[in-house]
Amino acid sequence: MDIGKDLVAASATPLVLAILAEGESYGYAIIKRVGELTGGELQWADGMLYPLLHRLERNGFITAFWGKSETGRKRKYYRLTEQGRDELTRHRQQWSVVDAALRDIWDSQIHPMVQGT
Amino acid sequence: MEARQSMEERIVEWRQHLDRHPSIHHVDTEELEDHLRSQIDALLEVDLDEEEAFLVAVKRLGDTHSLSREFAREYSERLWKQLLPSGPDAEPSTATKDSFIAVGLAVGAAAAIKIPQLFGVEFGDDPGDASFYARHISLLILPFVAALFAIKRGFDQRTTYLLTAPFVASAVLMNVIPFYQLGSTELLAAIHLPIALWFAVGYAYVGGRWRNHVQRMNFVRFTGEWVIYLALIALGGGVLTGFTVLLFESIGLDTEPFITTWLIPCGVAGAMVISSWLVEAKQSIIENMAPVLTRLFTPLFTVLLLSFIVANIVSGSAILVDRDVLIGFDLLLVLILGLLLYSISARDPEAPPNLFDKLQFLLVVSALIVDGLALWAIAMRISEFGFSPNKVAALGENLILLVNLGWSAVLSARFLFKRVPFATLERWQTAYLPVYPIWAAVVAVLFPVLFNFR
Repeated sequence: MDIGKDLVAASATPLVLAILAEGESYGYAIIKRVGELTGGELQWADGMLYPLLHRLERNGFITAFWGKSETGRKRKYYRLTEQGRDELTRHRQQWSVVDAALRDIWDSQIHPMVQGT
Repeated sequence: MEARQSMEERIVEWRQHLDRHPSIHHVDTEELEDHLRSQIDALLEVDLDEEEAFLVAVKRLGDTHSLSREFAREYSERLWKQLLPSGPDAEPSTATKDSFIAVGLAVGAAAAIKIPQLFGVEFGDDPGDASFYARHISLLILPFVAALFAIKRGFDQRTTYLLTAPFVASAVLMNVIPFYQLGSTELLAAIHLPIALWFAVGYAYVGGRWRNHVQRMNFVRFTGEWVIYLALIALGGGVLTGFTVLLFESIGLDTEPFITTWLIPCGVAGAMVISSWLVEAKQSIIENMAPVLTRLFTPLFTVLLLSFIVANIVSGSAILVDRDVLIGFDLLLVLILGLLLYSISARDPEAPPNLFDKLQFLLVVSALIVDGLALWAIAMRISEFGFSPNKVAALGENLILLVNLGWSAVLSARFLFKRVPFATLERWQTAYLPVYPIWAAVVAVLFPVLFNFR
């Protein structure tokens, strides 16, 4: 299934913030986690994550620091800030509204996907 | 082992490719490299071979063009190279340290220029004070510029002594020589001492390696960029001055004394240090301006010189010889020399002769003719009225330029006919460089003695 570009873009920020809410992490691990969470359905060009991370850092939602990987390579880690936690809450509320609305309307109709299969 | 090697090579190549995109900074490349390597390691574990792993990992990262576009959207200011020097190469801490040193030295220069006033020497019309400042102005400012480079290049004791010597010697001589107040020789010293001392700054700039021709060329480049930065700062300073006058005039306060005795002198002194620092800090970040201006003005000055030669021949009138005209001619020829130097400094020595080289040859030849005309006029004057310090100084300068331009013309012609490589021209200019400070020092120090301090 191809998820539309706009939806990918819109969900990227809450996804990254939520993953970082689990604990500090770095780019490659975040991508891997996204893959696990969506069963590989949500595909990004991996590189695109970095401009997003940098924007979140610039807005103060996350902080970055350089550390070392297990093999001793230089690696940039990211951590959620308080402000980022608030932002995540905001996203969550917004998504819940959308999610609830969609659920309601789809429950009252015949499931189009079920019908299709 | 060999396969691993080629993997490293591929990664290095990939990094270089990314680094070429101005919107992706070096730190970003490092971060992306970590990602790439993690991805490759993961792929190797699922039994891909190295080449496959590399290709898949690069592909997953996304093609560099869209990556670069995405970074550019996030960092639009990166495409406008930032004016504060915090480039990728400079460690943030040293960059801050350098800026502190530069600002400190600029304040020092600005203060030094005011120190004589503690002893009652004012900026103004008093001839005694004017004579003092004429002799000392370069000694009050240039040591700070030299100090900036001495600190940055990590001068040891010996090189520090060598650098200090010309400044101390000039300071002593300028006070020991019994100049007639504002006489010709004193004014000549005031003009030539800064030129000589600028090459002492050059000694600091090249870190003491003044024999090295590459370093000499770097100093020439530095001088050109320095002049441009200074002009830009002067423009800003002019705007600042204008608004200072306007604002305080509106409430009936006269700022002129403040501007002429504080703002301008201190501003100029500080700007000379700051522009040195900026050239140094920005040399890799901003495109060099001097070569661009050179390209623009070489044809225009060629037209000017050629039309002057034609007008001179048609009208048949001799060149008027007085001090202002002589200085004007010398400045013009120095400027032509500058045009020549900067186009040489910016040219790819490997490239074959092109149209611009022919144009430059024309410029050199026409400058040579104008120089000859000026020399002729000076020689006539000298044979008619005898020697005077101004005329002899002008004669010397024109001869020095004649030798340079003459040999440059010969070399350019030989280069155009592919007899010699371009590097010969460059080498000639850098080899000739020491002639200027030596002559400037002779005019500043020996002329007073030769001409009885008039």
